[in-house]
Amino acid sequence: MTLDASDRRLIAATQVGLPLTPAPYQEVATWLGLDEAEVIARLAAMQDKGVIRRIALAPNHYALGMSANGMSVWNVDDNRASELGTIVGALDFVSHCYLRPRALPDWPYNMFAMIHGSNRDEVEAKRRDIANVLGDACNGNDILYSTRILKKTGFRLPASEG
Amino acid sequence: MSGMRRAPLPEDALDATDRAIINALQGEFPLTSRPFAEAGRTLGLSESELISRLKHLREQGAITRFGPFFDAEAMGGAFCLCAMAVPEDQFDTVLTKVNAHPEVAHNYERTHRLNMWFVLATEKKHQINRVAGDIETETGLKVHLFPKLEEFFIGFRVNL
Repeated sequence: MTLDASDRRLIAATQVGLPLTPAPYQEVATWLGLDEAEVIARLAAMQDKGVIRRIALAPNHYALGMSANGMSVWNVDDNRASELGTIVGALDFVSHCYLRPRALPDWPYNMFAMIHGSNRDEVEAKRRDIANVLGDACNGNDILYSTRILKKTGFRLPASEG
Repeated sequence: MSGMRRAPLPEDALDATDRAIINALQGEFPLTSRPFAEAGRTLGLSESELISRLKHLREQGAITRFGPFFDAEAMGGAFCLCAMAVPEDQFDTVLTKVNAHPEVAHNYERTHRLNMWFVLATEKKHQINRVAGDIETETGLKVHLFPKLEEFFIGFRVNL
């Protein structure tokens, strides 16, 4: 999908959230000098194309008691990785699931699944659940816990299409 | 943005209605003129009560934001997860050099021989390799690139 200047202004205006007012799209439209119907149509088009994944609230996992997370990594048979990734990604405790290239010999893992839980024991139990899902298609796994956030700036929208 | 609350809320901070709101609004939200009125109807809440509850949840730090989630790649731009094995005695020096690049978005220390994991975010795909190469030159350490090959639909939700 090609985003035009109005789409990009709309993204910039709503990236931090929608106004919590009865007619939020009208309010955004007023900010941008558009009309409400256009804002709604543009958001709907972006949602259809996957530029917007969802319009939703973001729970604060720490505040809600889900303070443990680990990046589990798996060496999965290449022929079955796609099929099994679909199953792992759909688990309700996995927040990201990707296939990535291995970096042999240092790094034999090709599937990454971020696991969340209320404590490390729970995360480890969920890791065993994933191991059961993968069965004999998996030839080794590991889990990496984050010990420090070294930088967190978030992603900025590129200024232009360039 | 102000710092995110990292401590758990007290047990009694959320009532059943708050929990129902959090459970219900993680998936979709109407694109209509009065979306809170519409979303409130399914929850048995008036428009104004849903709005004031959401404001309160945000003030408490139970939710971090409410609105559209954009796919960073679909908006244009390239992203790549990277990892380095940094010897402990060089960690701070290497960290300073890595973080000095504005393209380094997130950076985490993790429990592994590959102990520094960061995401590079650039406008164009070819810039990823250039920044990674610059970091290798500056630090003398290998930067492993783990680009996304396939991403799976995510079923993750908090169920309270």
